[in-house]
Amino acid sequence: MTARRRRTVAVRSLLLIGLVALLAACGGNTIEERPLDALSPDGPIAQAQDDLWRLVFPIAVVVFVLVQGLIIFAVIRFRDRGRGQMPKQIEGNTRLEIVWTVIPALILVVIAVPTVATIFELDEEPPEDERIDVTVVGKQYWWQFEYPDEGFFTANEITVPVDTPVYLHLDGSPEYEMPDGSVQPDPEQDQLVLHSFWVPRLAGKKQYMPGADRFLTIQADEPGRYLGNCAEFCGLSHANMRIRVNAVEEEEYEAWVAEQTQEAESFEGEDSAEARGEELFGVNCVSCHNVDGHPDNQGIRIGPDLTHFNSRPEYAGAIFDVEDDEQLADWIRDSPAEKPGSQMQPFPDLSDDEIDDLISYLRTLD
Amino acid sequence: MSAVEDRQGGSNLFRRPSSTAGVRGWLTTTDHKRIGIMYFVAAMIFFMVAGIEALLLRLQLATPEAQVLDSDIYSQMFTMHGVTMIFFALMPLSAAFFNYLLPLMIGARDVAFPRLNALSLWVFIAGGIFLYSAIFFGGYPDTSWVNYAPIQEVGADPAGYTLESGAQSNRMLFYSLGIQIAGVASLASAVNFITTILNMRAPGMTFMRMPVFVWMTLVVSFLMLFAMPIIGVALWQLMFDAGYEGNFFRPGAGGEPILWQHLFWLFGHPEVYILILPAFGIISEILPTFSRKPLFGYAAIVFSGVAIGFLGFGVWAHHMFTSGLGPVANAAFGLTTMFIAVPTGIKIFNWLGTMWFGTLRYRVPMMFAIGLVAMFTIGGLSGVTHAIVPHNAQQHETYYVVAHFHYVLFGGSVFGLFAGTYYWFPKVFGRMYNERLGQAHFWLQLIGFNLAFGPQHILGLEGMPRRYYTYPPGMGWDLWNLVSTIGGFIIALAVLLFVINLIWSARKGPAAPEDPWDARTVEWMTSSPPPQHNWDVVPTISHRDELWHRKYTDEEVPRPVPAGASPDHEASAGAEEDIHLPDPSWWPLVLAAGMPIASWGVVVDSWWLIGAGIVVMLFAGVAWGNEPATEPEHDEQPGTLQP
Repeated sequence: MTARRRRTVAVRSLLLIGLVALLAACGGNTIEERPLDALSPDGPIAQAQDDLWRLVFPIAVVVFVLVQGLIIFAVIRFRDRGRGQMPKQIEGNTRLEIVWTVIPALILVVIAVPTVATIFELDEEPPEDERIDVTVVGKQYWWQFEYPDEGFFTANEITVPVDTPVYLHLDGSPEYEMPDGSVQPDPEQDQLVLHSFWVPRLAGKKQYMPGADRFLTIQADEPGRYLGNCAEFCGLSHANMRIRVNAVEEEEYEAWVAEQTQEAESFEGEDSAEARGEELFGVNCVSCHNVDGHPDNQGIRIGPDLTHFNSRPEYAGAIFDVEDDEQLADWIRDSPAEKPGSQMQPFPDLSDDEIDDLISYLRTLD
Repeated sequence: MSAVEDRQGGSNLFRRPSSTAGVRGWLTTTDHKRIGIMYFVAAMIFFMVAGIEALLLRLQLATPEAQVLDSDIYSQMFTMHGVTMIFFALMPLSAAFFNYLLPLMIGARDVAFPRLNALSLWVFIAGGIFLYSAIFFGGYPDTSWVNYAPIQEVGADPAGYTLESGAQSNRMLFYSLGIQIAGVASLASAVNFITTILNMRAPGMTFMRMPVFVWMTLVVSFLMLFAMPIIGVALWQLMFDAGYEGNFFRPGAGGEPILWQHLFWLFGHPEVYILILPAFGIISEILPTFSRKPLFGYAAIVFSGVAIGFLGFGVWAHHMFTSGLGPVANAAFGLTTMFIAVPTGIKIFNWLGTMWFGTLRYRVPMMFAIGLVAMFTIGGLSGVTHAIVPHNAQQHETYYVVAHFHYVLFGGSVFGLFAGTYYWFPKVFGRMYNERLGQAHFWLQLIGFNLAFGPQHILGLEGMPRRYYTYPPGMGWDLWNLVSTIGGFIIALAVLLFVINLIWSARKGPAAPEDPWDARTVEWMTSSPPPQHNWDVVPTISHRDELWHRKYTDEEVPRPVPAGASPDHEASAGAEEDIHLPDPSWWPLVLAAGMPIASWGVVVDSWWLIGAGIVVMLFAGVAWGNEPATEPEHDEQPGTLQP
């Protein structure tokens, strides 16, 4: 009796634990609690994908319950009761075979039709006059974004208007217009690797393919900061290559574009920390980073475009807080120590004062 | 018989060893049963190594921003976990069963090509040793088991501020050559098993009387025969890209990165069925035995297995739905992927039909077999959700996929292989395993497995990508990662019990009769363990469940009779004098040893070493071709070739 009661208690507590776990899994899908939740669409593309999931998942659950139920039933009902009787030797049943061939096939047809329809629907290119174009280049380990129509670059983070399709061109053979007017291929063209662009709440992912063009449309319904990640293994800092999509109202977007197209302020000839920083930047940084408006700018895009560095809340693949001076100093001094596989060379010879000056300059880039 | 006798009269360079005693006996053996046992032991060692790698990964992921492994080690560990589990644990574990059981189940004395069989074993082991020797040459491969171009050539750290430069190309050479060597073993096995099944069945064993396990061996062998060359080509190209500046997959030099993905998955998807179908075959033997009923829908199970084999070559691009194939190709591969669920479902329902109205006895093999049906169903269902292409873009490269294929490969293959291990253990060792320990193993493994991989479905759908060595807090991933890690360690405990049980029982277990389970197929007719020649008289087959029909007459009310009552077996003791058996040979071992030698030569860029390896292989090949066909003691004049 006690053993039986103990077993009942055990079963009940197991059920309770299961229920709690289920609630923990289902509850709380707000963007704050689960910013990357793939089952909480915040835009029409992700919504269309999710609609299919919502069709298929319940069917899968029903089949799951059916099969597991049959297994459990058989395990209990047909257990050997020690009567020594030989069961009837049934070799099979053609009618049953047909039933369990045809019924799953019919279920699959139910799934297949909307799947194929959605594949073609989502493949449609949004009309050119209704969309924002953004060119995406995946680097080890950060994202370069170019707004080709507006003519500026940013990194890891894009700002887009709500309710507007954003047509991402994942450009596997990027070329840039240099300050002298010539067009040059990306300096790392031969070193590009696969990445995958994924902002779960806005759309499923798409591979970034070196040497080829791929396209992906994303769209947000509501203003917000949507998080994303690189989803194709790309090296030591694959986990440190994040994406941020700021969806804002149209006016705010216009203002942001106006700001991003501004050149950086120059402090040439002044005697200030910013001016010293600008000079240090010219000596140490312009060989990789483009800053429009910097007197020594060479238009080179090995590292991220820093013209508006300080306007982005995060940097280095959106893993560090831009406002943290100490972290930024460490980053400049020895970035591979801060982020494995970082391709920015360490600067052990820069003094503390010099790094402070550099940071002062970077703070003006917003 | 003795080693001394072995050296006597050795005027002929290619004399054949005849001793089966001691370590030499094992090294030179061509006995499919010994080869099967060695396959099993080596594969289990690799299985445990890969398991330890998995535990390290799970430790690192147990908490956000953990510092157990750094990114580099983490990358090496997940790459090696995948490569080892697939090529050096699950495939050879299946091969262990093929080797040991296939001749016994079809009533043969050995496989068609016994020395080739030994070669498969030694090549597989040589490949594993070569791959793991990478630790002495700059580290293990680190760009995942799928190793998508062009990162295999660019490297995980092209700037070289974090890792030593130069390590990268070595790591890729180990990946390329290590798997190629393993592939040679698989190809040789495939040819061997196909030939054996087609030619060496006992009298009366028609195709439709073959045990399902034999059928699945046949299907898997054909899959290997067609799939391994594809990955072989891709790996060969990768070797030139990584070591000799070839331009197969480098986009900047006219190569094509996506080509790698197509080649890899054109092999990789059939590979999934190479890994799962043996387990399906195993439980198709176990379920009838422990239900005391014939397999329900034998023909349906056989033909669905064959259908899976064919369809398995037509679904590869479903691994590439996010690579930009275009809507028509995506739709086509989505549909074939859904379609392949049908034959898989047929199997599940037929297994249920086998249990239905049976008298189910819950011994450990049966528990694992039922566990497979339940767990694989989950993997199959999540597989169907992958086929809804638009949503696949959310699932791809996340922990949802990791969960899916672990339900298929662990919940399916591993459960099936463990079921088979317990089932045939008495046959192989002539001793019973410990039932209580085995049941504890089952329950621990079932619980641990579901704790480890169940939550990964949720993690993936909550946006956690694969192959992340770290993750920030606040994503809603913390709890499930911790649960998953705990589950991983419970699995480890379960596997530990398994190994202890096997080692202890093989030495100290109670003696097993020849047919402890009241089984249905002919391998249970011979003694436990079987004699080297398997049968004194090869059985003549008249029914699908031959042993069952011999034990139980066709009376209306069947009546149990003492197990193992086989007329053939009793009637023919002492007939072994006339039985032709394959002789031992050193040359498979020597030939296999040449492969890693040449491969190390590629790694250290030494043409001398490459040449030395090739010479060893050529010499062993020539010797192989010239050693006498029977053991010297049976010859009229020792040391001469038989006419």
